[in-house]
Amino acid sequence: MTGKVITITSGKGGVGKTTAVANLAVALAADGKKVVCIDGDIGLRNLDVVMGLENRIVYDIVDVVEGRCKTRQAMIRDKRLPELFLIPAAQTRDKNAVSPSDMVRLCDELRQDIDWILIDSPAGIERGFRNAIAPADKVLIVTNPEMSAVRDADRVVGLLEAEEKGSPSLVVNRLNPAMIKRGDMLSVDDVYDLLRIDVIGIVPEDENVIVASNRGAPLALEAKSRAGQAFRNIARRLEGHQVPFMELESQGLWERLARMGRK
Amino acid sequence: MSFFERLTGKKSASSAKERLQLVLIHDRVDLTPAVLDALKEELLAVISRHVDIDPSSVHVELASEGRNQRLVADIPLKAAARQRAR
Ligand SMILES: Nc1ncnc2c1ncn2[C@@H]1O[C@H](COP(=O)(O)OP(=O)(O)OP(=O)(O)O)[C@@H](O)[C@H]1O
Ligand SMILES: [Mg+2]
Repeated sequence: MTGKVITITSGKGGVGKTTAVANLAVALAADGKKVVCIDGDIGLRNLDVVMGLENRIVYDIVDVVEGRCKTRQAMIRDKRLPELFLIPAAQTRDKNAVSPSDMVRLCDELRQDIDWILIDSPAGIERGFRNAIAPADKVLIVTNPEMSAVRDADRVVGLLEAEEKGSPSLVVNRLNPAMIKRGDMLSVDDVYDLLRIDVIGIVPEDENVIVASNRGAPLALEAKSRAGQAFRNIARRLEGHQVPFMELESQGLWERLARMGRK
Repeated sequence: MSFFERLTGKKSASSAKERLQLVLIHDRVDLTPAVLDALKEELLAVISRHVDIDPSSVHVELASEGRNQRLVADIPLKAAARQRAR
């Protein structure tokens, strides 16, 4: 058995990468899979607080790469899901402490007995981004239905094409159906038309995302949360299941995706 | 959205989409509108050396199909002024 490495990146900052990683990790682990998430944002560690594990950190990814501890020792076990682990970023080092080949080596080790390895990429297209995509089997690009997020996402798609990383999939996060309805927000159709990459997830704006991160408990476990459902659906799609998109998206996209699927 | 808004593209989402369409096409090929204009001028100069063209009827533009861009030049040629004797 070899695990799959999924890197979540975006170009623009603040669009929801860390939120997506935490929720996908929780959803996959709740489905009985062994999951490790790696915080790739060295110097700006965040995934630990979103997952509520900040008080348990002893070693971090730089300790692993520099041989101060075993990989196992840097894997922090989740409070609720025993098969979910976090390898935190170093907070006081810079991105050059880790290289793309370090990431490949680490992930190759993890692949041996882990089903899913999720990497939280930092914003931008510099070293941290290069590190995050180096070991990826599949890249997810998170964007918001907004000018600069879409533009930056396109730039990242271009870079991935140049690296021959295979075709990435898109997560459109923070959709506001009311704004789309009155013509003041790009719809998923619009974003798809512009970027022309496969859409794997559509996540509504949901204030519970912030509540969940206040609590350090990703909402993918909350049965009635819409954003939680959206993340659970993405996890299922990653696992190869056909899952219809939720209500908020328009007919057009669904038909188009169905058409794409038939090709 | 009202008919008027649809007609004029006044809603902010449609102007966002239009603006992004242009921005992305130029980002992807790393060609600014200014460079494209210069390219067009040079292209016209070269072609005019060999055939008779009307610069005002020439269209040179970037077009996209999916994620692929192409440079499309439409250059109508003028009919020769007089038939060459054989
Ligand atoms: N669907 C959503 N609804 C409401 N708030 C959201 C949603 N997704 C993310 N947020 C909020 O947006 C903020 C940024 O999210 P997050 O930290 O996941 O982004 P990021 O892409 O990881 O940022 P950075 O580039 O700084 O690493 C957070 O406060 C988060 O709670
Ligand atoms: Mg982040």
